[in-house]
Amino acid sequence: MTATLPARASSTVAEPPALPRRRGARATALFVVLGAALVLLTVYAAGRGQLAIPAHEVWGSLMHRIGLDWGTLPTHPQGDNTLWQVRFPRIALAIVVGAALSTAGALMQGIFGNPLAEPSVVGVSTGAAFAAAVVIVFQIQLIGTWTTALFAFVGGLVTTLLVYALSRADGRTEVVTLVLTGIAVNAVCASGLALMIFLGDTQEREQIVFWQLGSLNGSRWEYVGVVTPLVVVGLVGAMLMARRLDVLALGDRAARHVGIDVERLRLVAIVLVALLTAAAVSFAGIIAFVGLVVPHLIRMLVGPGHRVLVPASALAGAVLLLAADLIARTAVTGADLPIGMLTSLVGGPFFFWLLRRTRRTAGGWA
Amino acid sequence: MTLRITRVSAQLGGHPILHDVSLEIVPGELVALVGPNGAGKTTLLGVMSGDVVPSVGRAELDGVELHRWKVAALARRRAVLPQEQRLAFGFRAVDVVRMGRAPWARLPEEDLDDVVVADSMQRTDVLPLADRSFPTLSGGEKARTSFARVLAQQTSVVLLDEPTAALDIRHQEQVLSEARRLAADGHAVVAVLHDLTVAAAHADRVCVLAEGRLRADGHPRDVLTPDVLGEVYGHPVDVIDHRGRLVVLPHLIDHSEEAPCVSALS
Repeated sequence: MTATLPARASSTVAEPPALPRRRGARATALFVVLGAALVLLTVYAAGRGQLAIPAHEVWGSLMHRIGLDWGTLPTHPQGDNTLWQVRFPRIALAIVVGAALSTAGALMQGIFGNPLAEPSVVGVSTGAAFAAAVVIVFQIQLIGTWTTALFAFVGGLVTTLLVYALSRADGRTEVVTLVLTGIAVNAVCASGLALMIFLGDTQEREQIVFWQLGSLNGSRWEYVGVVTPLVVVGLVGAMLMARRLDVLALGDRAARHVGIDVERLRLVAIVLVALLTAAAVSFAGIIAFVGLVVPHLIRMLVGPGHRVLVPASALAGAVLLLAADLIARTAVTGADLPIGMLTSLVGGPFFFWLLRRTRRTAGGWA
Repeated sequence: MTLRITRVSAQLGGHPILHDVSLEIVPGELVALVGPNGAGKTTLLGVMSGDVVPSVGRAELDGVELHRWKVAALARRRAVLPQEQRLAFGFRAVDVVRMGRAPWARLPEEDLDDVVVADSMQRTDVLPLADRSFPTLSGGEKARTSFARVLAQQTSVVLLDEPTAALDIRHQEQVLSEARRLAADGHAVVAVLHDLTVAAAHADRVCVLAEGRLRADGHPRDVLTPDVLGEVYGHPVDVIDHRGRLVVLPHLIDHSEEAPCVSALS
């Protein structure tokens, strides 16, 4: 019975009518451009700083490490050390954190069916930050370097579930409800964070405050080792659910009608969002709006299909955060600006513009 | 393959909506669900689709209660056209129709995706819109695109909630003749319809719902009578036979008769 439609079609129509092509070429071009940008920016950024290292020497050092005797090694006696002890860990962390934040944003927008959902906007970052501050103040050391990540994950998970439960009504999330729920959740988590700052001693306070501003200063390979596996798990998980996330755009009920186990999908996605947010927050602090801006730009370029959106957002997020960090550490000589400050400076106005636009297309909110 | 509703009562948010409804839908028929506003038509369709779990009674497909079906398996057996078409992101019309193929992912039928999608879009006359962004389509275009999505799902049970509400005459006839063709091909089709003349013209069987109860169920000529309709809708109607087709004409409300009420109020 299920085959009746195509059988009929072939008997009445000589050839099935042509469908518009998928946007494959555009997506490929985007991946190539982003990939090239990432490599170029990595080499350029590694050379910039107090000790300037020419690009060809950075390239030589990189090639040398992977066993290829191409190019020249840095001529400065401290060159190679600076690259591998200071710059590359920082660059690597910027890449994975950027990828984590953008993927978390894309996922969250998918499950809420709302372009304004983003970990920092709805308070998930603050929740994770609060939990991580607890680790700093009470000097909890359960599993070494992983402790902060674990706490941040639990904090992020609880807040995401909370936001989800509080902002949904009749199987959908209104923009207003989501943003207002975010304000409420942010407020509660911020008060917890304030309490931690109050309880901590001077050094802990400084640590929390800097970390609240978001910074990649002092990145170590150890951190990269913790964050990377979490981000890989999050990304792979997000890719596996990409097609089902597309269908979720129909709304909960219609998605169920075409065979999507909506509740389960959403729950898995929420765990992934918490994982990715925790991975980003635990060593880099709160870097807001990356997850909002990046998926949105990608959607404008290649459409909303998650099979392209998720990996492209991850790549673009890496590029963006790498660029932002380069600016943060080189804009003012001798100072390392908080990167979270920079992303918020750009992200805030962007969020506002998006809000206006969404409001217009939604025909105003009552 | 049968959809059987047995003595079902259902509630929404604590309010009783359906009372003791029994109905059996078999392959090969187009059943029109009609009745006044708030009669419970959409809720009954919800019971049939598995969205609403009856508080009393059984709703079964192939002898298995609907809420016991796995979501994906059920999606290969019944498709639903919702009353409202919403989409969170700017997917193209063709992408939306493709979503109807989701339950067939990773099955042999997946190979037919492109053929089925193209065919469904042609049948509902939305192929020219394929590259357009769904949210920018008009109400009628959205409804036809969603209908194409339902066709692409290739299920034996097809449930349509007011499929013609936003459509002009040409597309209304097109959609309903497509629904009739589905029934003729052996699918079981249920459509909630508001226009009684349209229901009489296309349906094999009409079920009249009023205040949550099934008031009449049968061939259009037996069910769509002035007596039944006048009572159910609380408004007198004429039923005219126009060259073998039934036409339902509501009486006009005569304001001169109501004049005394108005003057009494003032």
